[in-house]
Amino acid sequence: MNAEAIGCATPATAATAPRVLTERGQREVFCGLTGIIWLHRKIQDAFFLVVGSRTCAHLIQSAAGVMIFAEPRFATAIIDERDLAGLADANTELDRVVTQLLARRPDIKLLFLVGSCPSEVIKLDLSRAAARLSTRFSPQVRILNYSGSGIETTFTQGEDACLASWVPSLPAAPAAPPRLLVVGALADIVEDQMRRTFAEIGAGEVDFLPPRRSTEPPAVGANTRFLLAQPFLGDTARALEARGARHVPAPFPLGARGTRDWFRAAARALDLQPERVERALEPRFERAERALITYRERLAGKRLFLFPDSQLEIPLARFLAEELDAQLIEVGTPYLHRAHLAQELARLPADTNIVEGQHVERQLERCVAAAPDLVVCGLGLANPLEALGLTTKWSIELVFTPIQGFEQAADLAELFARPLLRRTRLVA
Amino acid sequence: MQLTLWTYEGPPHVGAMRVATAMRDVHYVLHAPQGDTYADLLFTMIERLPRRPPVTYTTFQARDLGSDTATLFKDAAREAYERFRPAALLVGASCTAELIQDDPGGLALALGLPVPVVPLELPAYQKKENWGAAETFYRVVRSLATPHAPPAGFKRPPRPSDRRATCNILGPTALGFRHRDDLRAVREMLDLLGVEVAVVAPLGASPADIARLGEADFNVLLYAETAGQAAQWLTRTFDQPCVRTVPIGVRATRAFIEEVAALAGCDPQPALAGVPSHSSWYSRSVDSTYLTGKRVFVFGDATHAIAAARVAAEELGFTVVGLGSYSREFAREVREAARGYGVEALISDDYLEIEAKVAELQPELVLGTQMERHVAKRLKIPCAVISAPVHVQDFPARYSPQMGFEGANVLFDTWVHPLMMGLEEHLLTMFRGDFEFHDAAPASHLGSAAATAPAAPAQAAPADAVASAAWTPDAERELGKIPFFVRGKARRNTERYAAERALSQITVETLYDAKAHFSR
Repeated sequence: MNAEAIGCATPATAATAPRVLTERGQREVFCGLTGIIWLHRKIQDAFFLVVGSRTCAHLIQSAAGVMIFAEPRFATAIIDERDLAGLADANTELDRVVTQLLARRPDIKLLFLVGSCPSEVIKLDLSRAAARLSTRFSPQVRILNYSGSGIETTFTQGEDACLASWVPSLPAAPAAPPRLLVVGALADIVEDQMRRTFAEIGAGEVDFLPPRRSTEPPAVGANTRFLLAQPFLGDTARALEARGARHVPAPFPLGARGTRDWFRAAARALDLQPERVERALEPRFERAERALITYRERLAGKRLFLFPDSQLEIPLARFLAEELDAQLIEVGTPYLHRAHLAQELARLPADTNIVEGQHVERQLERCVAAAPDLVVCGLGLANPLEALGLTTKWSIELVFTPIQGFEQAADLAELFARPLLRRTRLVA
Repeated sequence: MQLTLWTYEGPPHVGAMRVATAMRDVHYVLHAPQGDTYADLLFTMIERLPRRPPVTYTTFQARDLGSDTATLFKDAAREAYERFRPAALLVGASCTAELIQDDPGGLALALGLPVPVVPLELPAYQKKENWGAAETFYRVVRSLATPHAPPAGFKRPPRPSDRRATCNILGPTALGFRHRDDLRAVREMLDLLGVEVAVVAPLGASPADIARLGEADFNVLLYAETAGQAAQWLTRTFDQPCVRTVPIGVRATRAFIEEVAALAGCDPQPALAGVPSHSSWYSRSVDSTYLTGKRVFVFGDATHAIAAARVAAEELGFTVVGLGSYSREFAREVREAARGYGVEALISDDYLEIEAKVAELQPELVLGTQMERHVAKRLKIPCAVISAPVHVQDFPARYSPQMGFEGANVLFDTWVHPLMMGLEEHLLTMFRGDFEFHDAAPASHLGSAAATAPAAPAQAAPADAVASAAWTPDAERELGKIPFFVRGKARRNTERYAAERALSQITVETLYDAKAHFSR
């Protein structure tokens, strides 16, 4: 393991920009396959077929909270020794499995072949397989592919890879006035709230990627202005730009202020009338601020330590520091997209320690030594830290729970406040 | 390539983790890509262990593949040794690392660490979790106990009469189905017999404990899935007899006690009388007569499935209509057990196949894994869980063993509670069609949630394809008067009866003819 921390203070735009340390070592993070768990709930007619090993199947099953959905819209084509020994042609085998699957699930309209570590290492060409199978099953089913492998992707990057694979085949938008596209999977309820707010600020019709049904994909073209709802969508953004779409730089819609500034960025990009925008945003912002007051009382001054997990850490840290007055001891992130996070980074306290990458043993040592009031970390670390007397918030809930937008600002704060409250309640 | 929606077992390196996590003073260095660390949460979240599994993952990424993953492994192994100072180091690869062929065993040995290194070769594309656990435990035992092995052909001398008999308990692992509680139950029995437990392994054993496994007079094997291979080697190498009777159920517990007593040369009576067993008496209690001949489908790992079928048939008076296991390594044993019930064993790890079998058989109770629990829920059949794959519910806060007399009590409660309560079922039969005792009225102890539509077996049973005879309205009405929990069976039997006789119509009389024909 490359144990040497490659410390480097990044030259940043603002003089107050926080210090970023890069660390290498064991990474206690999920791979991109995990994204299937929320993506398959979001895109209701899509199926995700992992081409991988028993480990891949076991990972998704375990991460999904063990068998929640009776017949899930995901599965694994488990590579066996016959495929590896060349006794079976892997492509023929894959075709057979896909045929079997689609016969069983005629309701599926979009099939993602998802690459894994083993499929990458044996260089199984899933893009050719997807093209071949698409020809065979079109127009009933479209077949795309992306990699969710751990050697290529970390946790939420799986969503990035998935959406990026979809962008090239989205329909072309006709030449028209600028139209907004919100990118990144959001809970349906959040999406509906956002649509209403966009309508009120005068943004007109707004598209979302991913759509709820694959048969109703958003159109993309030179008139597309895209606004990221998630901070981990670097490849998707590049793919959209390649289609002529323009990125709208913004913070992320977490918390009252993050959400307000996210909408404001969209309004500026669409050249909307500022008075109307502010008139629409103000009451929502006020309501969200009011809901945050109780949580600010509980979290103000609390010392927080965030382990790397979903790349949401930077905007979450900004929300915690800026809107809840929490103190940040260390903010870990698996990967730092400096451009997309520029506005968030600029709003972090100047002395924030940001650590990109991970050496889990050292990070744990730092965490235990710092004795934070709350540790935000993955499920593998949470109980062991609780057993040491620390209070933890498991980070995966931040990915699965609706936390974006004005109406969810207090819900998000509550997720951090609850473990603290719980600790004060338990006496035994 | 096999299409898999849910798996009964994880990959073999997860089995190795179950052994390493169970033990003390060992560390497992796993050559594995980023993401494989998910396995930690099985232990910290499902079993709720308060510590991380003793596993270091190399978590290589694409950029490492281009350079030198072997160096990455060596650095990780060296660093893990220095940080954790284990008394033995296990090394191996997960599925992806197996493909890049870095030879973790050779690399780790080359480091010249001052502790034993146990290389694990776990073929991820052929084998699964339990095999991985068994192989790991066997390798650990072989590596650490061999230096203390007597010459080949060793015959164990008789135990000096002034020394208490000693035994090892083999099989319990981390993330095992009720292993913690079974271990306590078995220890209590051995205590009552005056047998001293030398080593429990892998659960709680250190490398030093493993090294002295050969000293005990005999071994007690609780789970062949995880320790069968190691037990066999110990018998061969140290001439240690092995108790293989699994004490699940009252009868097997008695047999177990007698077997141990015979080997230890002690009186079995204190243990046979020591723990009160309610299950035998409850089973004889008159309200339990309704359990007679209940059709039960059993599926799980080999140890638990075989034991559950035996208890179901012999101690509760159920009829075993199906028996199966995902433990291919023990297919022979499961088939043999199934023959005893006149059924063909279902050896499969394809849960769709098991689901189809349950739908076809329409049992009145399913004893299975969490997967069958879901299947049974969907088919509206009562179910109790008897085996891994484990779920957070399989680690109850209370003492809840499967083994020993207390274990038999637990089985009675767990299997009988999902069923309609005895007297209630009798009332339903006596007052069939009564305004309060009808389809929509659920068993009172199941609450209102159970009020949702009961089984509609007619649609679920694929056997319907052969049913061509039409039901007359009178016969349909009469069928409706039969309690819903046996109605599916009545419909199926009647249709089969009609089909076999090529009847075009099913009348009220056909219904009762069939009932007489199939009456049990």
